[in-house]
Amino acid sequence: MAEDTETKRVDTFLESRLDSADEAEGLVFHAAREIGFREEDLHKLGMAVRESIVNAVVHGNRYNRRKKVHLSVLSGQDHLSVIIADEGEGFDPACLPDPVAEHNLLQQSGRGIFLIRAFVDRFEVRRLSPSGTEVKLVKYV
Amino acid sequence: MSVKLSPRQVGDVTVVDVSGRITLGEGSSNLRDGIRELAVKGQKKILLNLADVSYIDSSGLGELVAAFTSVTNAGGQLKLLNLTKRVKDLLQLTKLYTVFDVFDAETSAVRSFT
Repeated sequence: MAEDTETKRVDTFLESRLDSADEAEGLVFHAAREIGFREEDLHKLGMAVRESIVNAVVHGNRYNRRKKVHLSVLSGQDHLSVIIADEGEGFDPACLPDPVAEHNLLQQSGRGIFLIRAFVDRFEVRRLSPSGTEVKLVKYV
Repeated sequence: MSVKLSPRQVGDVTVVDVSGRITLGEGSSNLRDGIRELAVKGQKKILLNLADVSYIDSSGLGELVAAFTSVTNAGGQLKLLNLTKRVKDLLQLTKLYTVFDVFDAETSAVRSFT
């Protein structure tokens, strides 16, 4: 289904702190429950959102208090889109190592984007101008 | 709720009852510090009971891997007990299930240490 049917949108700016993940998850859960997401899918969506916010705070904004994380939650009839943007240097997802390759299994980091991809139906990354990264997560009910 | 570690001794195996959320920040650093403390005390057989761990994120998975690596490199063994379905799914998805020895029963887990 096309995502031009989104009828409700919530926008907010979050501080570059780890507990912003709680705030983001709360907003997303509220919107997701309204359109009928079940508990297991809520959990997966929540995990993807938390990982994305942590990436934005830690790797994007690097905990810089002057930088914000922009969160948009767009509700459609059968899906939710979550857009998260930071003000960091940006990254190329194609350059990330595969965390489930045998030689990477014992790496301590590098699983965040992998989990996000696994838990939503669509994941897009784009660089913002002049700086920053925007990720879009789409999950269907 | 951050993570809480409660170690107890079963024979020569240290069973660590872990509860809470293992996530970036306090949750993962508590786990790291707790395992390091056991290693310093010379504990080489460590069984992490994750029955009451409600949530693990990618950073928490990284801390489990780091704990496994540091204990193994020091000549010890670290195994996992009582994973919730969500944690088990996460370990399978990330193929970490192939790295850890995972048990559903404490008795057989304790017996498996050599």
